[in-house]
Amino acid sequence: MLAAIGVESTAELFEQIPAPLRVDGPLALPAGMSEAEVYERLVELASRNVDREEQICFLGAGMYDHYVPAIVDAITQRSEFLTPYTPYQPEISQGGLQAMFEFQTMMSELTGLPVSNAGLYEGPSSVASAGYLAIGATKGRRRFVVSHGVHPQSRETLATYATGFDATIQEVGLDDGLTDAAALAEAVDGETAAVFLQSPNFLGAIEDVERLGAAAREHGALLVVAVDPMTLGVLKPPGECGADIALGEGQPLGNRLDFGGPSFGFFCGSEELIRRMPGRIAGETDDVDGRRGFVLALQTREQHIRREKATHNICTAQALNALAATIHLAWLGREGFRELGELLVRRTAYARERLAAVQGVELLHEAPVARELALRLDAPVEAVLERCAERGIAAGYPLGREYPEYEDGLLVAITERRSREQIDALAEALGAAIQAEHGDSVANSATKSPGAPR
Amino acid sequence: MIAEAPMQGERAETIFEKSKAGRRAAVLPDAGVPEPPLEELIPAKLLRAEPPRRPEIAEPEIVRHYNRLSRRNFDLDTGLYPLGSCTMKHNPRLNERVAALPGHAGLHPAQEPKRAQGALELMWLLQESLAEICGLPHVSLQPSAGSHGELAGLLLTRAFHADRGEARTKVLAPDTSHGTNPASVTMAGYEIVKVATDERGGVEMDDLRAKVDDEVACLMLTNPNTLGLFDENIAEIAALIHEVGGTLYYDGANLNAVMGHSRPGDMGFDIVHVNLHKSFSQPHGGGGPGAGPIAVSERIEPFLPRPQVVRREGDNGSGPTYDLDFDRPKSIGRLRGFQGNFGVFVRSGTYILSLGADGLAEASETAVLNANYLKARLAQGRAGKYLPVAFDRHCMHEFVLSGKPMKKELGIATLDLAKRLLDFGFHPPTVYFPLLVEEALMVEPTETETKESLDAFAEAIEQILTEAEEDPEKAKQAPHTTPVRRLDEVKATRKPVVRQPLD
Repeated sequence: MLAAIGVESTAELFEQIPAPLRVDGPLALPAGMSEAEVYERLVELASRNVDREEQICFLGAGMYDHYVPAIVDAITQRSEFLTPYTPYQPEISQGGLQAMFEFQTMMSELTGLPVSNAGLYEGPSSVASAGYLAIGATKGRRRFVVSHGVHPQSRETLATYATGFDATIQEVGLDDGLTDAAALAEAVDGETAAVFLQSPNFLGAIEDVERLGAAAREHGALLVVAVDPMTLGVLKPPGECGADIALGEGQPLGNRLDFGGPSFGFFCGSEELIRRMPGRIAGETDDVDGRRGFVLALQTREQHIRREKATHNICTAQALNALAATIHLAWLGREGFRELGELLVRRTAYARERLAAVQGVELLHEAPVARELALRLDAPVEAVLERCAERGIAAGYPLGREYPEYEDGLLVAITERRSREQIDALAEALGAAIQAEHGDSVANSATKSPGAPR
Repeated sequence: MIAEAPMQGERAETIFEKSKAGRRAAVLPDAGVPEPPLEELIPAKLLRAEPPRRPEIAEPEIVRHYNRLSRRNFDLDTGLYPLGSCTMKHNPRLNERVAALPGHAGLHPAQEPKRAQGALELMWLLQESLAEICGLPHVSLQPSAGSHGELAGLLLTRAFHADRGEARTKVLAPDTSHGTNPASVTMAGYEIVKVATDERGGVEMDDLRAKVDDEVACLMLTNPNTLGLFDENIAEIAALIHEVGGTLYYDGANLNAVMGHSRPGDMGFDIVHVNLHKSFSQPHGGGGPGAGPIAVSERIEPFLPRPQVVRREGDNGSGPTYDLDFDRPKSIGRLRGFQGNFGVFVRSGTYILSLGADGLAEASETAVLNANYLKARLAQGRAGKYLPVAFDRHCMHEFVLSGKPMKKELGIATLDLAKRLLDFGFHPPTVYFPLLVEEALMVEPTETETKESLDAFAEAIEQILTEAEEDPEKAKQAPHTTPVRRLDEVKATRKPVVRQPLD
């Protein structure tokens, strides 16, 4: 090979790098290892994580411990789906392109909006991407009104992106778990590019999107609604509530927890927004012989064609994760998807009643919920969580981390993997933990301080 | 050799078209709790009247459907995929195995750090490794892909200047840059200014000098660039930008050329993104997932996204612990949910552990050897005549040919050659990029190809060109053997059908 190139050694090929910029000696990294040794190392690392099979997991806050059917793994691990690049050569990428088309159809059905893209990175950055779209769609308005019930990570990501497109953000507070409708109506004005809601919101409460959205319509702002896809078998889809854009975190559909990724974001919009959408979109067409086929449609929106005038900079996204969702949704089917939604609602209702009956526990809000509920604990939340963890239960997400006003708040998520018995076990663990904390604080207050927990 | 067994007889049928009312796959657990009507739990006005339409189909048919679809894809495990700038290298299956371990795949992102020490240590190790490979001290793993890393880098640049009380307006990038660069510049609120390319394929220094002033926030560069050439003037370029107070951004899409041989930090770059799905063997998945961690210099570090993975040394003889650090007052904030594409970190971390320092350097060495060998092969015969290399010098890991003479003399365009390659069982190179080369073909074979597969590719090109001398129609009508032939992309854009109508 060297002779064909006409050099003596590969070192000659690297001479185009100026000598002072060449690395002198090996990098300060360990030497390579055999496959068996690397495997052992990774097993050892994994063993120091407490996963969902070792703990009963009531953690949610955006990602949920759903059952992923076995066929998802079997299909997504096929070389033909796992190893190709983005389908720039449609003639040999029909499998991936058709899967995208099926995904888009499923997500469009789910959200009740006519156009879906083939997926973005994940939930929060999809929210930020909607902000970028809204500025273009409203001819340069640069103000966002955001409910405090939108996922804190989405709000923070939107704020990060907004420094680039010079937009300001006004947050609207919550009232008994739900977005304060009067405050929202007051906040939206003729300079507002978009109103951002989430339903169910971060506290698990189902928002009346239709009613809240009136303010956006009145002022010509886009209504952007983040949704939990698993609830849309039973909840009214955002497209029927006046949303211009519905988006969200796709992990509950066929994707692993994976410590937070990779998953995918979905992004659906109205017909008028199709040429402003971010990301890939597959479209149906014909080949020269009239055979049905699929291509990447509307590529003139995208960075590889339009460069600085593109609607977004996204290139590699999360195609394989969207495929996992497509398979999961096909597996659930029409009835299964509805049944799963109902199961979540009923088990969540049971959990709400059961947990609120525990001494030292009350509901944080009374609003309707679908799959996640918020409680107030009469003991320090982090300490209670630690006690539950010692009993093999991840009891939920401490709301105080993101909402100082709910320092005593706990967010509990329900999936089809959380049985009645496990919910009962959680109730027992919470009760015992709160009692134990009270015991400790009585003991402590006798010797140290008079301050008892709320 | 012509690829066989086309499936052109099979009309594409979607999963919805295979649906029959009443069929199903999933069996769900019993609720096991009281089952009141939903309206008693949720007000009726918030409920959906009809469930979303879904295919009604049994599991065996779902498996068959997607199995058949998979056969309508070409993939890296089947054949050479020399897609320039995309680094289609082998995806080791060990990576898939360890990513699927329950301790990784089943770990909730809100798990307490003390119960996720293995995951945080893995992330920390990957940060350290990427810092060493890039020659820059600090890493954030958060960005989800290369373009996300670019946006991060530009927002970091903005925060860096703002911290010094400056608001600059322009970002420079060569005319050969990836499309994501200018798109990211716009999203970050800057104006893109293009810099010309000189006759050796590098940055045109006079043009750069003319455009550098104190309005320049940043210069974005790929090195080696998209022509596969190392810009020898990089030290001078870096000095010019740093003199006016700008930052230097390294698009790491081409890092596979220089791992263990040259480091962006040593070249003077402040911010680098690394495509874990290119150089570090994360499978591309037909368009993701990927990850685009960034490595940065000391002066950029305070602005990194939060949270950051940190290591705290133990005291009293206990080992170190790992944590998520949210307390970063100057941080640009989050770029996404939770901690990043952890499953990708597992795969790329595994790849780095497998190869080690020497293995990574050898990978780049072989990638450069393979590219130069293929370039030499394609300089012979008809390829040399019809497809001259755009810049005739040693390349790094990829090179760019121009199909201009082929188009003029044989009447077939680069697109036709690309489509004809499909009939020969090869994925074509990247075509019509970079923009400054007419009828461009950008070829990146990677280190995981053998001499035999490179020879076979060169022979296929030779055969196509020979055939085109006699019968150019064969290429113009190509492909002939694929599941579908050339598709009407204009129709798909003019009258977009982007979902299936259901009734």
